Amino acid sequence: MAAEREPPPLGDGKPTDFEDLEDGEDLFTSTVSTLESSPSSPEPASLPAEDISANSNGPKPTEVVLDDDREDLFAEATEEVSLDSPEREPILSSEPSPAVTPVTPTTLIAPRIESKSMSAPVIFDRSREEVQENIEEEANGDIFDIEIGVSDPEKVGDGMNAYMAYRVTTKTSLSMFSKSEFSVKRRFSDFLGLHSKLASKYLHVGYIVPPAPEKSIVGMTKVKVGKEDSSSTEFVEKRRAALERYLQRTVKHPTLLQDPDLRQFLESSELPRAVNTQALSGAGILRMVNKAADAVNKMTIKMNESDAWFEEKQQQFENLDQQLRKLHVSVEALVCHRKELSANTAAFAKSAAMLGNSEDHTALSRALSQLAEVEEKIDQLHQEQAFADFYMFSELLSDYIRLIAAVKGVFDHRMKCWQKWEDAQITLLKKREAEAKMMVANKPDKIQQAKNEIREWEAKVQQGERDFEQISKTIRKEVGRFEKERVKDFKTVIIKYLESLVQTQQQLIKYWEAFLPEAKAIA
Amino acid sequence: MMEGLDDGPDFLSEEDRGLKAINVDLQSDAALQVDISDALSERDKVKFTVHTKSSLPNFKQNEFSVVRQHEEFIWLHDSFVENEDYAGYIIPPAPPRPDFDASREKLQKLGEGEGSMTKEEFTKMKQELEAEYLAIFKKTVAMHEVFLCRVAAHPILRRDLNFHVFLEYNQDLSVRGKNKKEKLEDFFKNMVKSADGVIVSGVKDVDDFFEHERTFLLEYHNRVKDASAKSDRMTRSHKSAADDYNRIGSSLYALGTQDSTDICKFFLKVSELFDKTRKIEARVSADEDLKLSDLLKYYLRESQAAKDLLYRRSRSLVDYENANKALDKARAKNKDVLQAETSQQLCCQKFEKISESAKQELIDFKTRRVAAFRKNLVELAELELKHAKVEYVSRARWLTPVIPALWEAKAGRSRGQEIETILATTGNLQLLQNCLAVLNGDT
Repeated sequence: MAAEREPPPLGDGKPTDFEDLEDGEDLFTSTVSTLESSPSSPEPASLPAEDISANSNGPKPTEVVLDDDREDLFAEATEEVSLDSPEREPILSSEPSPAVTPVTPTTLIAPRIESKSMSAPVIFDRSREEVQENIEEEANGDIFDIEIGVSDPEKVGDGMNAYMAYRVTTKTSLSMFSKSEFSVKRRFSDFLGLHSKLASKYLHVGYIVPPAPEKSIVGMTKVKVGKEDSSSTEFVEKRRAALERYLQRTVKHPTLLQDPDLRQFLESSELPRAVNTQALSGAGILRMVNKAADAVNKMTIKMNESDAWFEEKQQQFENLDQQLRKLHVSVEALVCHRKELSANTAAFAKSAAMLGNSEDHTALSRALSQLAEVEEKIDQLHQEQAFADFYMFSELLSDYIRLIAAVKGVFDHRMKCWQKWEDAQITLLKKREAEAKMMVANKPDKIQQAKNEIREWEAKVQQGERDFEQISKTIRKEVGRFEKERVKDFKTVIIKYLESLVQTQQQLIKYWEAFLPEAKAIA
Repeated sequence: MMEGLDDGPDFLSEEDRGLKAINVDLQSDAALQVDISDALSERDKVKFTVHTKSSLPNFKQNEFSVVRQHEEFIWLHDSFVENEDYAGYIIPPAPPRPDFDASREKLQKLGEGEGSMTKEEFTKMKQELEAEYLAIFKKTVAMHEVFLCRVAAHPILRRDLNFHVFLEYNQDLSVRGKNKKEKLEDFFKNMVKSADGVIVSGVKDVDDFFEHERTFLLEYHNRVKDASAKSDRMTRSHKSAADDYNRIGSSLYALGTQDSTDICKFFLKVSELFDKTRKIEARVSADEDLKLSDLLKYYLRESQAAKDLLYRRSRSLVDYENANKALDKARAKNKDVLQAETSQQLCCQKFEKISESAKQELIDFKTRRVAAFRKNLVELAELELKHAKVEYVSRARWLTPVIPALWEAKAGRSRGQEIETILATTGNLQLLQNCLAVLNGDT
């Protein structure tokens, strides 16, 4: 559902929403979302219109009358709310179709559409979105309609106890929030606290929790000490952007969005300080020990992978990780060289200006000064470009490298879950053997105890199996969603980046065009 | 790998020669035209084919060619410098030694690292390094040619006998490079000369023109040196940035081929785009290098030659003044007066001769300099514009099918229209039509 608010990815945005709700907890929601999310499929006929048509006699004739050029679209709309925009390119695959088996919901939807179609929308997108919004709000506000901004970094306090406070602004129309627009002040450790709470709740059941930005002792110390130079402002800006991206990613996750801790983070003006995020606290050390233990465990667990999908995915993620790291290194090199280029261009500009000064031929002198000016402007351009390189491209890559680490973590949790299940099975076996022995030895009270234990462990085995199934299913879903998000993210960012390159070129053209007549004027 | 580049065939094709960076204004006339028609790169030397076309009677034929090496150019230059008769002229600066070491090193490293890269990366880097090698090669040829042309254009120097021998004698001049002893002598000579230069420059000149020129040249020379160094650094950073695009392109390509979702097509296309960008950026940096850095470097050398001229003049002035003093002393003592008189006469003549020609030379120098700067700056601006436009269009062309689809959904057709108008103004109707077709069809 994110797709409605953002430029739709060329290909794969829609099925996401659909997959999210596949586990059928809310059949109604799922149908609704599928229905409204399949709008741009070019062959609406592929959707099982037949099922629904029976129920939607009412709205149908009305719609057909209304908008002649949208006739075909609305005809389908009643069946499946496929509001196809004539301008919209057939971007999406018809993947959603198979799961659409709605029967009842249509009656609920139909009146909605009816009321909306009466308004004869001019801008098609908006109308579609309105319809959608209503449907979705009806369906438990599962829509992604929330905008988060992190801004105004402010230094609070002094000396080594100082910290930067950021303003977190939320704009939303979701019903679960008390207001539609609000902002709070948060500090970095608050973000870390949020992440650790979410991680402890969701990671082990297989949800990919976006990782928080990293701590940086060096950077922070500089800020605390109060050095007002460009590197500390850069650091603060980098951190602010990272925090913003982190929050945006977190709220995009439909399950995490529902979490009360997240809501509290966004809404409440006072937040208990997350003390155990400090690196050197007791909790911090415990975390490090756990990490080490985990690493050892990972090496010893040998899992019988029954599902080839998981193996394949793990391999894929490994490859992706490697590739991204390599790319990241190259992009960082580019940023570095670009900064160097900018510095060198500035130096050259000064030098050319001096040369122009010492030149005694007036026209040439003027031309050289002009050259110096052009080069200075170009230097500015290069600097801006370097920032763009960095903030768009490089940070995206490092974010994804960390995200993939989170994904790998989730796979590891699945392994642990499997291990638990295995252990339970083994213990059950042992208990059964023990019981058999008791039977032979004929000790009635011990037999009873053994039977109890067996029942207990049988339950545990069942639970373990259920957990394992659950986590596997969740992971599949999550990985699917992750892939869609990744595709979307990469495309948008790369395109934005290329746009910035295009703009730089435009400027360059302007500058050189201005210089050319000056050069020609040298007599 | 080096073998492929050594004993290479004709590196200079017809078009290439047209594009050579002749960054000085050469007033060549039909009487004597010299150019380097061919060049061969061998392991550690470069063989230039010097081609002369002349209607002068001194030469046996009207058109002929000889093969020369860098040392022979240096020999020619030194013979000019050492010739007392030419003291009053700006001796065209000697071309710098061909330096392929850096390039060779890189190629060697590439060969060693072959195992660690993918095939595509390796071929790409190899192409890149070969292009670099070629560029350096072309530059050194150009600089040797410029030297010869300057000599040929100079009304006095072109008549020099050594020059004619250089042009005509079609066997090896057997000019050996200076051995250690001679190099040491040269070193001392230079030291003495610069010390002398300091002394001599303390003498105030009577003539305003020369005084002005001296101060000007001093300052100018230093600033040109500075500008040349900075410009070098700038072009180098430009080149490394272009190289980075190369690596990013290949990483994206690898990502594209390995990825399973249909973002892989996207990645492949982006990687192509980066490749194109890199080529253009590399050309930009090469052109900058050629037009700006080389120009500055050349004028660094020329201004040094002009300074040398001024030094020689000052020296002769000092000699003249000394001779005057000696004459006065001799007259006072009434001893060796004739001797003193003749030596004073000689000094006077020498000084006046140098002053006269020096004045003309310096004026010529200025005209040449202005013209060369003009030519190169105009060409630089034109090339930068051309490249920027090409890059812009290629990127816009790539982006257009993608952007309108995205932006339409967000903000109506405005952004898509913007791109269309931009494209229209750059006059690329066909492109526009293609884009519109894409928009109406499928992505």
